[in-house]
Amino acid sequence: MPSKVATQKPVKKSTSKTNFETLPINKKLSKEEKVGLYETILGIRRFEEKSLQAYNQGKIGGFLHLYIGQEAVAAGIVSLMEENDHIITAYRDHGHALAVGMGMNECMAELYGKYTGCSKGKGGSMHFFAPDKRYWGGHGIVAGQTPLGAGLAFALKYKGLKGCAVCFLGDGAVNQGSFMETLNLVSLWGIPVVYVIENNGYSMGTSLKRSSAEESLAKRGEAFGIKWDTCEGHDVFEVREAANKAMTYAREELKPFILEIRTYRYRGHSVADANHEKYRTKEEIETYKKNKDPIIVLKNKLIADKTLTEASAKEIDQRMKDEAAVSSKFAEESPYPPKSEITTDVYWTVDNDKDQQLKGTYFFND
Amino acid sequence: MALITYREAIKQALAEEIERDENVCIMGEEVAQYNGAYKVTEGLWEKYGDKRVIDTPISEAAFSGLAIGSSMLGIRPVVEMMFMSFSYVAFDQLFNNASFCRYMSGGLMNVPIVVRGPANGGTNVGATHSHTPENLIANHPGLKVVCPSNAYDAKGLMKSAIRDNDPVFVMENTLLYGEKWEVPEEEYVVELGVANVLKEGKDISIITHGRCAMIALKAAETLKTEHNIDAEIVDLRSIRPLDEATILNSVRKTHRAVLVEENKPYCGVDAQISHLIQYKAFDDLDAPIHRVSAIDAPQIYSKPLEDWQIPNETRIIDSVLKCLA
Ligand SMILES: Cc1ncc(C[n+]2csc(CCOP(=O)(O)OP(=O)(O)O)c2C)c(N)n1
Ligand SMILES: [Mg+2]
Repeated sequence: MPSKVATQKPVKKSTSKTNFETLPINKKLSKEEKVGLYETILGIRRFEEKSLQAYNQGKIGGFLHLYIGQEAVAAGIVSLMEENDHIITAYRDHGHALAVGMGMNECMAELYGKYTGCSKGKGGSMHFFAPDKRYWGGHGIVAGQTPLGAGLAFALKYKGLKGCAVCFLGDGAVNQGSFMETLNLVSLWGIPVVYVIENNGYSMGTSLKRSSAEESLAKRGEAFGIKWDTCEGHDVFEVREAANKAMTYAREELKPFILEIRTYRYRGHSVADANHEKYRTKEEIETYKKNKDPIIVLKNKLIADKTLTEASAKEIDQRMKDEAAVSSKFAEESPYPPKSEITTDVYWTVDNDKDQQLKGTYFFND
Repeated sequence: MALITYREAIKQALAEEIERDENVCIMGEEVAQYNGAYKVTEGLWEKYGDKRVIDTPISEAAFSGLAIGSSMLGIRPVVEMMFMSFSYVAFDQLFNNASFCRYMSGGLMNVPIVVRGPANGGTNVGATHSHTPENLIANHPGLKVVCPSNAYDAKGLMKSAIRDNDPVFVMENTLLYGEKWEVPEEEYVVELGVANVLKEGKDISIITHGRCAMIALKAAETLKTEHNIDAEIVDLRSIRPLDEATILNSVRKTHRAVLVEENKPYCGVDAQISHLIQYKAFDDLDAPIHRVSAIDAPQIYSKPLEDWQIPNETRIIDSVLKCLA
């Protein structure tokens, strides 16, 4: 194992000291790109607020894991994606979906279980996909996506394409065996995958202290000879700085990287988690919101550097609210999938059997 | 025609497909430098190198999932399970991710992987190494599963499986690896979803799959010589998709059916076949459908008892005689 890896310490960086917006990766952003980041972060927030409303009105069922509070992580990392980069995440996936450019309409309609949804109503909140945007889900089983992320990166290497896969997971997911198996594999084989641990401090109602024996999660990489780093997730510029290093390393060195990003979710684990003020204090939530809200942090920075004015920021906010409102109207007015859709999209060969060449029975319904 | 082993037939299929498509690669434990735990991949690493024939650590979940993820970008990995029993530690990857990703994305993606390896008992290794999970796989819409009973089918089905754009499980059998059959020199494939009438007969249909088809063939000889019973043997070959027509045609001809499989009986493949026959050929039946499965208990270690636990000639003959009584 390279000594450089072993000696790296889990020092907490003081975020107040560094002006991440002045670092080269952020300095090079055009005004439009910075506005774009703000729109993405705000768009995710307003979309999810709208979805929460619809859920509370009984229009959306099932699970709804909100990303509110964590928006700068997905927005920052997606903004760094190059031509051959791919991403994949868990069930808290709306933010990543919108960040890669999926439309609010198709996402909202999916939550409603409508035919116009991104998965035609077959996946739901936890299972958004957009392969055309190199976004591979949306996965409901904790850490189940972690070997898949390795596979995306393996395919890049196999084909000789320069790129990386970014695979997001939670602070609870790190304790799954599949993830640990995969860490060994990607290091052994030199696979350009970046594991981004979105450490929001809780896995459902269990705090990190109560679920992980060692507080630094990324440090586990050392056991496999994997380089790692940590950063804060409320400032999109800090996310970009740390993720850029990680992704560049993976692409250039053909090696994995673990980036642990400390972030926070404001809402319960899912909307059904009404008890989330029982396992954490109201002050904890309010303090984070007050000091580290990714929208406020970014807005202040963009106003300071004159990218935005109060008025233009307000205008963007209104636009995002309107777009979210339109999406819920779109979802409401969309039809449910027809019953015939239950048995499509199961097998590629059946869906593509235009000339009826296939032999045998595929579905066993009387 | 050449007389080759089941093992050699599979190896030929793998080699031919590696040569045909640059995206086909093989991964699994000991498949490369060790030449495969059962020597199915012998010589392939030497010939095709590290990129195409890849040794993995003992991490079924990780390498199965990696294979699935890579297939989303067009790689066509053939994953070897040293035993299909070991697929259980990769359950989430195979039974959630391989089977359902296409569906949950509304058809935006597909998972062209093959998972292959031996799935059989009768080898005196106890319950953890003797699973026949084709029923379990078939219970997951999105997955396909085939059970070749001979070298010809093993090669032809393997080639079809590799070319298929959906996840296909190929259930092999360690007791067949060394057996020989005639296999054509020229290229061929066996389509999924097509059963094979191994022997025509008029008195009773024995519907079976995997190695049990070979045991049934032997039983049919004894039935002929000692009991003057002319049994028809239908080898399913493919479990999902399933060739219902061949099953039903046979039963409509003989009016009696004995179903033989190595699965445990409860919710085994033949529970479904039995339902199919009673539902679609009820009026054609002259007797209840009989089943011969593994005796319903965890696989026993003790060799003579295990040989009795899984279907054998005697148990098949007894069942046929009961069905015809
Ligand atoms: C294998 C598995 N076990 C349990 C669950 C139920 N579950 C869903 S999310 C979750 C907590 C995961 O927390 P974390 O990884 O920190 O992600 P976060 O929800 O904070 O984004 C649990 C236990 C699951 N989906 N999959
Ligand atoms: Mg968490």
